[in-house]
Amino acid sequence: MRDITTVVIGAGHCGLAMSRCLTDRSIDHVVLERGEPANSWRTQRWDSFRLLTPNWLTRLPGYSYRGDDPDGFMAAPEVAQLIDEYAALTAAPVLTQTTVTSVRPSDGGYVVQTDQDSWQSRSVVLASGACNIPVVPALQDAVPAEVLMVTPAGYRGPDQLPEGGVLVVGASASGIQIADEVHRSGRAVTLAVGEHVRMPRTYRGLDILWWMEAAGVLDERYDEVADIVRARSLPSMQLVGSSDRATIDLNALTAMGVRLVGRLAGVRDGLAQFSGSLLNVCALADLKLGRLLDTLDAWAAGAGVDGAGPPVRFAATKVSPTPPLSVDLRSGEIRTIIWATGFRPDLSWLDVPVLDRKGRVIHDGGVTRWPGLYLIGMPFLRRRKSSLIDGAAPDARDLASHLAGYLHSAAPVAGNGGHRRPQAGGDQRLGAMVYGR
Amino acid sequence: MSVVDTPVDNGVNVDALLGVRNALADTPDIAQFQWRATCSWIRGTHSRSHVDTFYGFGGEQQHKTTFVYDADHPLAFAAEDNGVTPVEYVLVALGSCLTAGVAAVAQQRQIQLRSVQATVEAEMDLHGILGADPDVRNGFSGVKVTYNIDADASPDEIKALVAQSQKRSAVYDVLTNPTQVSVEVTTGNGN
Repeated sequence: MRDITTVVIGAGHCGLAMSRCLTDRSIDHVVLERGEPANSWRTQRWDSFRLLTPNWLTRLPGYSYRGDDPDGFMAAPEVAQLIDEYAALTAAPVLTQTTVTSVRPSDGGYVVQTDQDSWQSRSVVLASGACNIPVVPALQDAVPAEVLMVTPAGYRGPDQLPEGGVLVVGASASGIQIADEVHRSGRAVTLAVGEHVRMPRTYRGLDILWWMEAAGVLDERYDEVADIVRARSLPSMQLVGSSDRATIDLNALTAMGVRLVGRLAGVRDGLAQFSGSLLNVCALADLKLGRLLDTLDAWAAGAGVDGAGPPVRFAATKVSPTPPLSVDLRSGEIRTIIWATGFRPDLSWLDVPVLDRKGRVIHDGGVTRWPGLYLIGMPFLRRRKSSLIDGAAPDARDLASHLAGYLHSAAPVAGNGGHRRPQAGGDQRLGAMVYGR
Repeated sequence: MSVVDTPVDNGVNVDALLGVRNALADTPDIAQFQWRATCSWIRGTHSRSHVDTFYGFGGEQQHKTTFVYDADHPLAFAAEDNGVTPVEYVLVALGSCLTAGVAAVAQQRQIQLRSVQATVEAEMDLHGILGADPDVRNGFSGVKVTYNIDADASPDEIKALVAQSQKRSAVYDVLTNPTQVSVEVTTGNGN
C-alpha cells in the first residue's frame, strides 16, 4: 500500500489540468492512466475527427496555443500530441498502463486499487472522462441481424461500412459529421433526428465559439442556469471543425441529399419506426438558436464589436411535411446503423455510494458528498464550457481550491474518522443544485 | 421578457408541479401512474365509458366525480350519433393536453395568457378502416393543430410555449411514437 495525498484518475486534459493545479498548491499526488495520456483521443475517434473548438480556445492551466493556425481545428492525433506535451511541460506525475480496479472509502480517505499497486489517499479526483461507453438504446436488440451496427467509438470512416444505405441515429455533432461524411462516400444516408442543438459555425463573420466566449455564454455557471438537469443532458452542438468553416446543419444535410426522419422510436417486426415529432424538434432548435443570437446581438450592441457583420437570422429548418414514419430494415435499403446516441462514463470501479438511480455521480459542481472525492470533465460540471477543453482550467482551479480547503480543515486525527462520512445536510443542498429552481 | 404590473396568473400552480419534480428525487416510485377507463357496449356502435379512478403518487386516487363519455358514429355511417366518434376523442385529448401544457409553461415563464384557441384537424382515408385498400392505414394520415394565442409575449416567445408544450405532452407522445398495446379477453357473464 502506497500513501499519497491525492489520486487523480485519468490523464486526459482534465486530469492533467487538475494535476497542474495540485502541483501549484504543492499537494502531492499521482495521476493514474489506464493507457497512455489522452488514451481515448488515440483510440476512440474516427479518422476525420476534428475538435469543435478553434485552436486559440484550446487552453489549459499555464498553456495556450502557440501554433500558426489559431483559427484552425485540431485533429485527434494533434490533440493527443498536445496533451502529451502538456504532461511533459507540467511534469505531471503520471503512471501509465495503470488501470484502476476499485476506489473505496477507508479510514482516513480512500483506497485506490489498480492492476499494479494499491494506494491509500486522502482525496480522489475522478477525471476518467464523460464519454467512455457509447450509449445505444435497448431497441438495438430488435434490429435484424443482417444490418451492421456501429458506434462512433468504433467508427473510423465510410470505407469500413458495406455499400448501401446507412441510418445514422442522432443529430449531435457526431451524428451530423458522420452523416455528412458517409453521404459523401456515395451511400444513401437517413438521419434520425431527435432533440438537437442547432449552431452555425460562424455568425456575423466570426466563429460562434468566439461569440459565446466573448458574450459570457460559455462561462454561465451551473448554479445559475434555470434547469441544470436539462443543461447537463443536452446533446452536443451541431458543429464541425473544418478549414472551410462550413456549417453543417440539417438544412445543409438536406441540400446534399440526406433524408431526415424523426427520432428512432421503435423497431418492430424489422420495421424501424420514427417519431412524428420531427417538425417540433426542429422548431425547438430553431427557436433556441434564435434566442442565443438575440443574446449575442444584445451583448454586441452594448460592447461594440469590431469587424462583425450585421445581425442576421438563419432560415428555419426545412422539413418535409410527410417524412417517412418507418423503414423496413429487412428490405436491404439500410445496410448499416450508426448509433450516434451519446456516451456515458465508465465508473464500474467506483465503490463509493455517490451514484443516483441512473448511475450518475451526484455532485455539486464536481464536489461529491463524500469529503475528498471530486469529479471533473462532465458536461456543465461547473460552467457551460465544462464540456470543452477550455473548461478544464477554471474547473480544475475551483476544485483544487476546494480540495486544498478540505485537506486543511480535515487534517487526519487518530480515531476521528468523521471527515470521511457524507456531509450532514448535503442531500438538501445538492437537491437544490441538481433540480434547479 | 415583458414587464408586467400584476402577477402572472394563468391558474396553474407551477410551484406544486415543481414540488412534485423535486419530490421525485427522493421517491422516484411515486411517479409510477396507471390511467383507467371502462367501456361498455350499449347498442350498435354506441358505447359508454366511465372514468373515475387512477393510481399514482403511491396510492389509489379518485376523481372528484365519475366522468361519463358516450361514443358513437354519425348518422351518415347509418349509426345514431349518440356521441362523438372515438377518433374525435383523440383530437379532444391532443388539444386539451397541449393547451394545458401551454398554460403551465406560460405560467412558469411568467407569460400572462389572454386567450388560447386550438383547432385540431386529422386527415383519414376510410379505405383503411373499411378494409378496402391494404395500403391505407386505419389511423390518421396526419394531424394538424393550429393555435391562436393572445398573450403578453413576443411571437417567438409564444411559438416557444407551443413547442415546449409539445415536447412535454403525453398525448403528443402517444400519437407520434409507437406504443405496445395488449388486449386480453375473458368470456361469459362479466358480472
